[in-house]
Amino acid sequence: MLLDFIHFAWSALSGHRLRTTLSVLGVAVGIAAVVALTALGEGARQYVIQEFTSIGSNLLSVLPGKTETTGAMPGMGGVPNDLTLQDLLALRRHIHSAQYIVPVSMGTETVSHGERRRQVAVIGSSPEFLQARELRVAQGHFLPASDVERGAPVAVIGQTVARELFPGQQALGQVIRIGEWRMRVIGVLAEIGTQLGVKMDEVVIVPVATGMKMFNRSSLFRILVKVRSPKDLDSACDQVIAILTERHDEEDVTCITQKAVISTFSSILQTLTWVLVAIGAISLTVAGIGVMNVMLVTVAERTEEIGLLRALGATRGNILGVFLVEAVMLAGIGGIIGLLVGLGGVHLLTWWYPAVPASPPIWAIVAALGLAMILGGTFGVVPARRAAKLDPIMALQRR
Amino acid sequence: MIELQHIAKSYEVGGQPIYALRDITETIQSGDYVAIVGPSGSGKSTLLNVIGCLLRPSEGAYLFNDEDVSQLDDHALSHLRQFQIGFIFQSFHLVPRLTALGNVALPMVFAGVPSSERHRRAKDALESVGLSDRAHHRPNQLSVGQRQRVVIARAIIMQPSLVLADEPTGNLDTHSGQQIMELLESLNAKGLTIIVVTHDPNVARRANRIIVLTDGQIVKRLKGEELSSTSMPFS
Repeated sequence: MLLDFIHFAWSALSGHRLRTTLSVLGVAVGIAAVVALTALGEGARQYVIQEFTSIGSNLLSVLPGKTETTGAMPGMGGVPNDLTLQDLLALRRHIHSAQYIVPVSMGTETVSHGERRRQVAVIGSSPEFLQARELRVAQGHFLPASDVERGAPVAVIGQTVARELFPGQQALGQVIRIGEWRMRVIGVLAEIGTQLGVKMDEVVIVPVATGMKMFNRSSLFRILVKVRSPKDLDSACDQVIAILTERHDEEDVTCITQKAVISTFSSILQTLTWVLVAIGAISLTVAGIGVMNVMLVTVAERTEEIGLLRALGATRGNILGVFLVEAVMLAGIGGIIGLLVGLGGVHLLTWWYPAVPASPPIWAIVAALGLAMILGGTFGVVPARRAAKLDPIMALQRR
Repeated sequence: MIELQHIAKSYEVGGQPIYALRDITETIQSGDYVAIVGPSGSGKSTLLNVIGCLLRPSEGAYLFNDEDVSQLDDHALSHLRQFQIGFIFQSFHLVPRLTALGNVALPMVFAGVPSSERHRRAKDALESVGLSDRAHHRPNQLSVGQRQRVVIARAIIMQPSLVLADEPTGNLDTHSGQQIMELLESLNAKGLTIIVVTHDPNVARRANRIIVLTDGQIVKRLKGEELSSTSMPFS
């Protein structure tokens, strides 16, 4: 009988093309919005997670300063004690669960070769930076293994820097100027793109002691600790804090695990996704009211037909079924069209912006279709009940 | 067999009951052909609707094949209408978007008859009213006489025992009206009980019996041939 109801509803819907099209359109827009917006939100979340995991999720960062004592973001404002190379060496001596413990100092400087010059981010670090940040060297080699406190005048440059400073030439072995410093290019990084918001193809990496002297800094920007397994993260953090507290006579460093950063970003973006879903839901509600309106008009128009069906033996339940099926179909067709349009839109978006892996989560697709059906059912109930309650004689006489 | 025992139908208007029917007692045997006549507002259509189980009587008992249907619930009444009663309306009440075939098959949809059987039976019914060549036409592509024949095909599709016709020739020309009456007579000849409400003495006198209603009451009972062809017993 359901198939018959669908057939019957289809004949009614196709009899009023414009009205049907408009209310289908309303639902389609709502569903397309939900699909596209959740895809965007989810895409952003995936993008951030991907960015963080690309450098390893068993990485922790040690920053000078402590949130509680300074009242500001760690690494900003008055820092009681510097994070020094001595601290780094102490950590290396004591933390055995760590695979690499890497110093990082940072600054921006003008790098030039002949007439060509470019503003770049300069990172001072140690040879282990390569493994800790999962980078690769395309030409030459990375920073030499030597005493971290001694800085050699050597640099490893990113692909873009190499291309810009040495167009059509070999960069390896050439001397560049970084600010007032002359450095020999000993390696060129393989193309990697953006990592944690830093364009790694546009950086210059120098030995950490050189970096600190170059920027006249006594403190490291941070120390990266890569542990062997993510389960060691928390204990490594505790150890770092304990060792540095003992060395500084107070707890003045902050230890952030990659896991915590990912989960913070992930939850922020998850919230964003829900906000987008809510916006979509509003447009769906409007569409639902549209469906209800159309169905009320339909019931009013087909009063005589309802009376006839009752005279021919249709029960109240049958009439309710006929109009509910019609409302659900109206919303369902809108849902399918909306889904296709939404997916098409997402496809276009990822084609234009390949960096954002926007794809609607499966639950959103299933929910969108289910939602459309429930929408039709919910907003169809009032008109369908009105139809079912009609008195057959009154309905036949259109009174 | 239809037995009406002291049937009354009243409506509340301004707190006062207004009687559309009062104290109707009548027995209609299976296979009978009865015409209900009376002036406008005499309660003819109300009586037909009560007999057709579209309206519940306010008082009295209505026995349909020995079952008191005045106490049945909506679902059971729907079932009764579906399988036992066929309706023919003055204004046809055809679904405009469905073809003649679709309209004839409509009662079977709610009876759960499989689609292939519906198609076959609807075609046969259309053939029996001489419209097999109009099966795929919509109502607006048919003449009024053809529309009423579609309605008759729809009324008999569930093989009911009773056919109720409310002014079946009211919208038709003489020739079409004649064809419809012949169709009704042929159905009666096959054993169906026919009850016709009419204003037309020529239609009424073709029935075996005539019930004359005035002010919601039966005032006279006649045999069909006793009726004059030019005037009604109440005019």
